[in-house]
Amino acid sequence: MSHGARASAFRRDSVAWELARAVLVLLAIVGTTALLLLVGGYSVGNGLAALWRGSLGSWYAFTSATLVRAIPLMLTGVAVAVAFRAGVLNIGAEGQLLAGAAAATAVALSPPGLPTVIVVALALTASAAGGAGWASIAAFLRARFAVLEVISTIMLNFVALYAVSYLVRGPLQEPTHVYPQSSTIDDALHLSRIVGAGRLHSGLLLALGVSLVAGWVLRRTAAGFRLIAAGESPSAATSAGGINVVATTTATFLVSGALAGLAGGVEVLGVTFALYENISPGYGYTAIAVALLARLDPWRVAATALLFGGLEAGAGAMQRDAGVPSTLVTVIEAALILAVIAVGALRRRSPAADVATTPIAA
Amino acid sequence: MTRPQSHDAPVALALRGIDKRYGNVQALSTATLEVSPGTVHALLGENGAGKSTLMRIAYGLERADAGTMLLWNDPVRITSAADAIARGIGMVHQHFTLVPAMTVAENIALGGRGRLDLARVAKRVDELSASTGFALDPAARVETLSVGAQQRVEIAKALVRAARILILDEPTAVLAPAESAELLRWVRAYADAGNAAILITHKLREALGVADEVTVLRRGRSLLTARRDDVTPDTLTAAMIGEELAGAKTRSFTEDARTLAAPGVVFRADSLTLADSAGIVRVRDAAFEINGGEIIGIAAIEGSGQHELLRALAGRLTPESGVLERPSAVGFVPEDRHRDAVLLNRSLSENVALRGAGARRGIIDWSAVSEQTERLMREYDVRADDAAVPIRTLSGGNQQKVVLARELALESDSPLALVVENPTRGLDVRATADVHARLRKAAHDGAAIVLYSSDIDEVLLLASRVFVVFERTVRELPLDREQIGRAMVGAA
Repeated sequence: MSHGARASAFRRDSVAWELARAVLVLLAIVGTTALLLLVGGYSVGNGLAALWRGSLGSWYAFTSATLVRAIPLMLTGVAVAVAFRAGVLNIGAEGQLLAGAAAATAVALSPPGLPTVIVVALALTASAAGGAGWASIAAFLRARFAVLEVISTIMLNFVALYAVSYLVRGPLQEPTHVYPQSSTIDDALHLSRIVGAGRLHSGLLLALGVSLVAGWVLRRTAAGFRLIAAGESPSAATSAGGINVVATTTATFLVSGALAGLAGGVEVLGVTFALYENISPGYGYTAIAVALLARLDPWRVAATALLFGGLEAGAGAMQRDAGVPSTLVTVIEAALILAVIAVGALRRRSPAADVATTPIAA
Repeated sequence: MTRPQSHDAPVALALRGIDKRYGNVQALSTATLEVSPGTVHALLGENGAGKSTLMRIAYGLERADAGTMLLWNDPVRITSAADAIARGIGMVHQHFTLVPAMTVAENIALGGRGRLDLARVAKRVDELSASTGFALDPAARVETLSVGAQQRVEIAKALVRAARILILDEPTAVLAPAESAELLRWVRAYADAGNAAILITHKLREALGVADEVTVLRRGRSLLTARRDDVTPDTLTAAMIGEELAGAKTRSFTEDARTLAAPGVVFRADSLTLADSAGIVRVRDAAFEINGGEIIGIAAIEGSGQHELLRALAGRLTPESGVLERPSAVGFVPEDRHRDAVLLNRSLSENVALRGAGARRGIIDWSAVSEQTERLMREYDVRADDAAVPIRTLSGGNQQKVVLARELALESDSPLALVVENPTRGLDVRATADVHARLRKAAHDGAAIVLYSSDIDEVLLLASRVFVVFERTVRELPLDREQIGRAMVGAA
């Protein structure tokens, strides 16, 4: 190809830019945290040290805190990225995660009889089906009545939250009826721990696999291309591509819900081992930041989920070790998300860099 | 050319020597329009003649490059629509500027300043209804009103702001005949009260029915200004489309195309009826055959049904009734390239892969697609670094070449067929010539091509046969500029 030299120079430039962006993101994290600690009157040194210790400071912190939190963020992040790519603004990953968690719990707590591997597989399948089912309400309203999914999915998040509240006080409550939570899931059904990595469970492999496959589908398959085309321009997809845009976006919405639901199932079987109200500290919302920072590319989501997993873990450590009150930690966390997104939104002036691009062989 | 008044006579609105250029398109050159008080003035011209541009200048939506403007005999400079409104100029756009969910009174109050007193606005609307006979209910929501009533709201908006000069852009295009007659009667009365009305139209009968004076624009120049009694449909048509025929070049090319035409019917229609998305019949009982090797030119003024005809031929619209035989895969180059033809942020390869994406299954071999794309780029002389650059980084002409190349790429063994709509809109001279050469070559190679252009000269330059669409009827006409022009406006 005669333009090869120029094209590869362009790509080298991109790599340098990505690195610069990554450095800026880290600076934003340190700067924002330091500023807010200062304003709150806490020791900046202690706070930052705790942030470091809690996220990357030790092998234990990295595996048992950062990576464990990165798993649901990765799954919900891919869910959001895929939906956004199709032009479906699914803000409902949180609700779909809860629906998935409830479905997985129900299956895992049902009377035994089947081999545990099968039960685990069934529970995970149920969580995906639960998430897809929850998303199908908004997907149907969108396809049939053009109801904005931004609104409907946010509303359904609250419905899911209260539905879980009801379940853990009603049908799924533990037998003594004292605590608002389900019985503990049998040890045999827990996702296996990864040896030598503390509390890290095999859900990580599932999340990485999902990210890998989703990225591949978008890059290589006809279905992935239809999804991207429908998201880029519904009118051109219809007119020039003969693509059934409603069918494509509806299917994507359901897949997105299924992935978010799977995050709930993995969380129940890998971390909490029971269903209760605050099973998710807002993973489904943070997922939006995870996906946007990854520029809606499922492969990059694996990296940004790790970053946000580390932030969640480090913020927890600040509260425990540096005596920073949880309210301020929440403020810091929110400010961090904004800072990271703001830096992530910085673009080169070239219009080509404006959008999430799926590089293809050329 | 006759002048209805000298420069000393009183004018309500005068635009003199107006120039306006967009990029390398001269939209207006020394255009002149003089409107006397108490008259209805019809502004006539083909699509793209500059009518709307001239009126947008008068209304402050565009700035002229050169020229002067007089309002009630005083020189003025109008810099914004707010300025124009303050000076008593009102404009009723072809596409309404109403908020459907708001009431009539609320819409009329929009754009006002200070405290909103809806009761007072409602009272004002009632007074206006009484004086104009518009029968507007101030509390009715605009979305519940008929198109005609919505238009009366638009007019009321101008009148509430004391407009004494009213510009109406194609006001009858959306109206039923009875509503049109009623509107034109009102326009007449409005002018008789000492105001001035400017009617932008391309319907001759309407212009001659209501106007006192007419001005014809062609290619940005004022070709003719005359009193109604001094013109006939023939003289107006001649002024609108030009007396000189496109000439020998057109003719000889047409004959070439005829001799080369490969036999074989590619499209066949019989008692074909088409409706738009709202279910309104736009083409009735059409019957025609189109052969391989032909370029069929479609000539029509906007909204005549050609939009639906082209989409039906391209397989993007299902006929209401009748027979339409067409190849399974028809290439389609829609006029709104950015909206309907390309994914602006995606690469050239991906845009080439877009065709037929709805039916594709499995894995896409992107390296094969990019090879195909680079082959098309060489073949069609597309100027771009490589097939991986986003199509938005290309010039309009190069984007259009990618679209043409994609749509002309042969699919399976179906006969080659292509429907193109305003294929050179927005392109410069060189790119236009390239696109024309591509279309001719495709027809030469046996493709059946249907071309609609709002520029009648482009139709005549390329077509081997011409179909005129007017008020739901499709009929073939000889390659005669004047006859075609007359048929397009219903004068034949």
